[in-house]
Amino acid sequence: MRFAVIVFPGTWSDYDCHYVLTSILGQEADLVWHRQTDLAGYDCVVLPGGFSYGDYLRPGAIARFSPVMEAVVKHAQAGRPVIGICNGFQILCEAGLLPGALLRNEHLQYRCQWVHLRVEVCHNPFTVACSPGQVLRMPISHGEGRYYADPETLDSLKREGRIVFRYCDPKGEVTRQANPNGSLENIAGIVNREGNVLGMMPHPERACEALLGGEDGLFIWRSLLRWAGSC
Amino acid sequence: MAPGMDRERLLEAIALTRAEYQLIVQRLGRHPNEVELGMFGALWSEHCGYKHSKVLLRRLPSQAPWVAVGRGEENAGVVRVGQGWCAALKVESHNHPSAIEPYQGAATGVGGIVRDILAMGARPLAILDSLRFGPLSHPRNRYLFAGVVGGIGGYGNCLGIPTVGGELYFEEAYSHNPLVNALCMGILPEERLVRARAQGEGNTLMLVGAGTGRDGIHGASGLASRTDPTGRFEELRPAVQVGDPFLEKLLVEACLDLAWNHPQWMVGIQDLGAAGLTAACVEAAARGGAGVEVDIARVPRREEGMTPYEVMLSESQERMLIIVRQGYEEQVGRLFQRWEIPWAIIGKVTGDGLIRVKDGPYEVACLPISILTDPPIYEGAGDMPPEVAAARAMDMASLPSPEDPAATLLALLASPNICSRRWVYQQYDQSVLNNTVVEAGADAAVLRIKGTPLALAIATDGNGRYCYLDPQVGGAMAVAEAARNVICLGARPLAITDGLNFGSPERPHVYWHMEGVIDGMAQACRALGIPVVSGNVSLYNETGGQAVYPTPVVGLMGLIEDVYRIPRPGSAKPGDEVYLLGPGPALPPQSLGGSELLAVMGLAPRGRPQLDLQLEDRVQKAALAAMKEGIVRTAHDCSEGGLAVALAELCLREGLGLEAPPLDLGPYPHASLFGEAPSRILLVTPPGAGDKLKALAQACGAPITYLGRLGGSALRLGPIALPLGSMAQAYEGAIERALQAPR
Repeated sequence: MRFAVIVFPGTWSDYDCHYVLTSILGQEADLVWHRQTDLAGYDCVVLPGGFSYGDYLRPGAIARFSPVMEAVVKHAQAGRPVIGICNGFQILCEAGLLPGALLRNEHLQYRCQWVHLRVEVCHNPFTVACSPGQVLRMPISHGEGRYYADPETLDSLKREGRIVFRYCDPKGEVTRQANPNGSLENIAGIVNREGNVLGMMPHPERACEALLGGEDGLFIWRSLLRWAGSC
Repeated sequence: MAPGMDRERLLEAIALTRAEYQLIVQRLGRHPNEVELGMFGALWSEHCGYKHSKVLLRRLPSQAPWVAVGRGEENAGVVRVGQGWCAALKVESHNHPSAIEPYQGAATGVGGIVRDILAMGARPLAILDSLRFGPLSHPRNRYLFAGVVGGIGGYGNCLGIPTVGGELYFEEAYSHNPLVNALCMGILPEERLVRARAQGEGNTLMLVGAGTGRDGIHGASGLASRTDPTGRFEELRPAVQVGDPFLEKLLVEACLDLAWNHPQWMVGIQDLGAAGLTAACVEAAARGGAGVEVDIARVPRREEGMTPYEVMLSESQERMLIIVRQGYEEQVGRLFQRWEIPWAIIGKVTGDGLIRVKDGPYEVACLPISILTDPPIYEGAGDMPPEVAAARAMDMASLPSPEDPAATLLALLASPNICSRRWVYQQYDQSVLNNTVVEAGADAAVLRIKGTPLALAIATDGNGRYCYLDPQVGGAMAVAEAARNVICLGARPLAITDGLNFGSPERPHVYWHMEGVIDGMAQACRALGIPVVSGNVSLYNETGGQAVYPTPVVGLMGLIEDVYRIPRPGSAKPGDEVYLLGPGPALPPQSLGGSELLAVMGLAPRGRPQLDLQLEDRVQKAALAAMKEGIVRTAHDCSEGGLAVALAELCLREGLGLEAPPLDLGPYPHASLFGEAPSRILLVTPPGAGDKLKALAQACGAPITYLGRLGGSALRLGPIALPLGSMAQAYEGAIERALQAPR
């Protein structure tokens, strides 16, 4: 599989995503500077974490106008997978590819810690290798990760099975205490209506080696590979 | 001198003495003009010139076969770590700016140290922060603490460099005068090492990064080189710089692109830090044995109407000076353009040993590099403060022993100097770059080097209270404990960067502490075979005539040969055995000297800490030998709060209780439980490995004692029996409670 890892000025999870995709999973991946306007030939687009444009104005608000974003929209509209992680999720919301917004964490602090996620649905390219209700452990690292959407949007996300991950405790219980940022209904990740665009705040690329504390992030990358293989 | 200029006022602003001015006139053979005097003020400041510390710093050993760049040679020290890799290491203080504007002060401290590592051509791998504040009961200390933590996170998180460790102490001695020392470590392929040298006549000086503004003028001279800045908050606030971590992130990527992919295009990279363009040009020229010519009319500005004086002394952040090989200007310019970073050619390397500063057609300064970089060196005279003599002389044996040791242990676990630092580190990105091997809160941080089995362990240490009571022992203990910290993760100590924080060296009582600390560190470095490869001195840390505790921050890097075989925190299993390597468990009352127990009991520091460096060396060697044998599941250093706290921390970390058989705690059980005798490490071994461990320790000449077996959910140690739950309650959340306590 061939991945485009998009690099905006200020992106910093680009190396981590690239390293995991190439060195650990043996896939092809390119670091693609945000001025590039053509993503033809890539199977999957990764919008990595970081502080694109310093998060100035509002996270993702400037990056969505970057030249590459037109190509990202085209890629998504063609039904090919796009995964936005952390700042990538914020950019996808700002670009209108995903509904809702990511607000300042409820406690107003940046938060970096390992969290547990309950996989809510498995019929999309990102969790097909998981089982429903499976608990994954990986780090978060953000100051603005509190997912918010208006009641109608939230209702449709639930009805259409588009909430992919919820923050939970180690046993899979979705509790207020397990919610690290005050997200509505503990939402950690959602997909678009077509199911090919995922946004998630946690960092699966930081949980791909036992040496670094966990391998659960591999479920997400392997889901993409399996999905591509079955298409 | 410019007509009408008030020389006395300028001298006061740049903190030079009249005698120093006379020396400048004598050496130049003329009066300097205003710009020139400002340049002298910066380079002859304590911060840049080490006027009062150079003599002492020479006593620190800085060489070893694995050292590639030693102390004082470049922007940071560099050591070879194997498999073609080098590691760069440096700590720097930002105490005075942080006292005035904590968020920006700390943020730009991080920015500055990262650029020092970058200037060596190294990819910054991790940041650590060694912090000291006054008690959180005082509102201003809370403001400073929250601001500093916010600034470190705000800058480091945006940069995408993990903040992986450090230290945090609260003492009255740091009230209003916090210590903020930021450390950065980076790695580079050996053949990509960059020197910050302006050499090769005709080569080009290119300034890249941020525009130059009026921020930070007199940072090095006025702010960092005088006492009591806090008494003049409003007046000095403009001397604090304002950071833009986004631009710094771009600078990191662009400079590494240049240094790793196009090394033939340039001859050197120099950071613009304290004293801005002046220090960058002069230091690079001094290292290159050359001269430089700069046209400040070409320096991009962010403000209008700046004078030559302001341009030369601005400490605007996120700027680097690239010494471009003649003929490659276009390529280098294009590279920075590609990263969307502003750049400008501002001058060239010359062969005359002078710095010539032009403003368009006019020459505004012309000074010999050799004079600028040769400030007067002062050798102080030390004198032991009488209150130290009195505190040392107090009888430790007659101290009342705590009535309830279990309650005392809980009080220690909740003490701000011991409790969990989670509130701080969870605000920092600890794992970006995918190299962070152990979670924050361990004895040391471990960063792997991708593509190799190698890893670097790093820790900082320095106990101001010990140094106050006995600077030599305190200085040596900082080195010894930092070494034990990295050893607990299976690393062999490799190199030190030191941040030395003191009051005014012009006062004999302060100088006595300073000399003692440096001598103690030097002794320990020699005994343990660890070179000091870089460092920073911060003097004049005083408020209201009161100096901070003499505080060395020892940042120590160790090498792990096989990261897949380290003793990992959190890997102990029920039934594992716990051993105390080193002296004890019975300790004399002298071990309570300077201890946290005294602080928790509300007593002023007293007594005198003790350290036997030969014993320390044997203990460290024994621990490493046992780890090499693969019989150590996990380890933990025994330090503040003594054996009881170390065991409680171990139990909490491993999620297991401890059953200790009756132990001989001697005639002073409270000293044995809470005394802070150094040279002690807790080792956890799988069942059955105990005999081998004991034999190894004995072969190394290190004492060893079996303490008990891990299991259950309570710590049982002598008179103490506490469930893990109540210890966790005391240990976790103590900082939040202190911050939320009624004011």
